[in-house]
Amino acid sequence: MNNNKVELDQQLSETVGKPLINGTPKITCRDVNVFYNQDSQAIFDVNVDLAKNQILAMIGPSGCGKSTLLRCLNRMNDTIDGCSITGKISLDGEDIYSNDIDPVLLRAKVGMVFQKPNPFPKSIYDNVAYGPRLHGIATNNSELDDVVEESLIKAGLWKETKDRLNKPGTGLSGGQQQRLCIARTIAVRPDVILMDEPTSALDPIATATIEELMHELKSSYTIAVVTHSMQQAARISDRCSYFHLGRLVEVNDTNIVFTNPEHELTENYITGRFG
Amino acid sequence: MLNIGQHISQEYNDELEDLRNQVLSMGGLVEQQFSDASNALLNGTINIAQRVTELDYQVNAMEVAIDEGCAQIIAKRQPTAIDLRNIFTVIKVVTDLERMGDESEKIAKFASELSADTNSMGFYKNLKHMTFIAKKMLTDALDCYARLDAKKALEVSNMDAEIDAEFEILNRLLSTYLLEDTKNIESILKVTWCARSIERVGDHAKNICEYIVYVVYGKDIRHVIDGKLQDDK
Ligand SMILES: Nc1ncnc2c1ncn2[C@@H]1O[C@H](COP(=O)(O)OP(=O)(O)OP(=O)(O)O)[C@@H](O)[C@H]1O
Ligand SMILES: [Mg+2]
Repeated sequence: MNNNKVELDQQLSETVGKPLINGTPKITCRDVNVFYNQDSQAIFDVNVDLAKNQILAMIGPSGCGKSTLLRCLNRMNDTIDGCSITGKISLDGEDIYSNDIDPVLLRAKVGMVFQKPNPFPKSIYDNVAYGPRLHGIATNNSELDDVVEESLIKAGLWKETKDRLNKPGTGLSGGQQQRLCIARTIAVRPDVILMDEPTSALDPIATATIEELMHELKSSYTIAVVTHSMQQAARISDRCSYFHLGRLVEVNDTNIVFTNPEHELTENYITGRFG
Repeated sequence: MLNIGQHISQEYNDELEDLRNQVLSMGGLVEQQFSDASNALLNGTINIAQRVTELDYQVNAMEVAIDEGCAQIIAKRQPTAIDLRNIFTVIKVVTDLERMGDESEKIAKFASELSADTNSMGFYKNLKHMTFIAKKMLTDALDCYARLDAKKALEVSNMDAEIDAEFEILNRLLSTYLLEDTKNIESILKVTWCARSIERVGDHAKNICEYIVYVVYGKDIRHVIDGKLQDDK
């Protein structure tokens, strides 16, 4: 029992994988530790880069800290009592936890899409227009119309909704609601989009539509996506990171991870072996 | 080295194990084919040449069944990493095995034709040596596959150079002979074809060894000159 513990600590002591070479870092995490209350640590010494215009997939068993780390990237964890973080996370070289960063503005720059589509109980139009109004992105109504249209087009939802913009967002199908949430995120013109299991509640067709959308979005945005689907990670990401017990075990080109991962723990996980 | 049988899904373990056993039995059949064919050629035991053709039906059927098994696993399990390399390798290995079966059939056919022909006897010493190495390569390659022994597989694949060298010597000998004795062109050509088939069996065995290295290390060493593997997995 004790021996196993030592072995696992050794196995987890160092992250393997290629450092980011094909790309410019957009977000960098350095020696990041996250605690829920003082005594329970959820993330240990994580170092990882999100490359501009690339998709980083985050995979790993339930409870390994994927959502925790993702939420650090736009300071969503600030809202959780007792949650604290050490280390440094930078966006374009600027420390996002420094005192002169406004978390609300940060979250506009680093948007988030959640597992369950969560449209506001408002019209489709207002769902998308909410952020731009809040952040003063449009100066008049016709500009706002343009932003809404543009965002819905980018999210691949325009055709289906252009004649029902005043209908409630909650009346859409699950896949459409998720695309609405993506349109809402895009509307505030973020640089980075964080997605936490964005298709886990969707059928294969809706999933394929979202995946295709992510593929199109990455030319304008930087994306990090948490997923429990190995195949999804393999299909959509440029790089893939594997987390285990709060530690980053491996981060590598996705091509490598799914054909010849460097770390045995990654291999055990993606091939469905006992770890 | 990861074991095949450690998946959470026992059914998946069973499917992979079953596939591997099928490849090994197919390998056994091809070994038998090649052994029968070379015995027929070298010892003139042409009554067993017929068996080579019969075995070929079984070998072909196994190739089809194994390919089908691989397609099922890919569709159902979406294998990744070592499992993906493993399935990919099975598909390649059975292709090489099936070709070795075809080469054995050709040898057996020529064996029957050459059996009455005393003129070709002079070359059997060289053929015998080539056959010996090719047989050993095939047996060892299958053994390496069964144990996923990549280090040994590299050694075995290097044996191919010996066959190639022997083939060249024999070719030179046969050309000289052709010039001296034009009446025997036909039997000399048949000997050449046999030598060529034996040499091909060596090539296929070498391929199998290269796939084993790929399964274990995730590195493709085909067509790499002097490819050395550094890391110890
Ligand atoms: N609000 C919280 N308060 C206290 N502990 C938390 C909180 N959120 C998460 N944790 C703990 O932090 C660890 C990591 O949780 P996290 O939600 O980041 O995992 P995850 O990898 O996203 O898992 P899943 O795949 O199930 O979503 C877990 O041990 C969890 O219990
Ligand atoms: Mg989570």
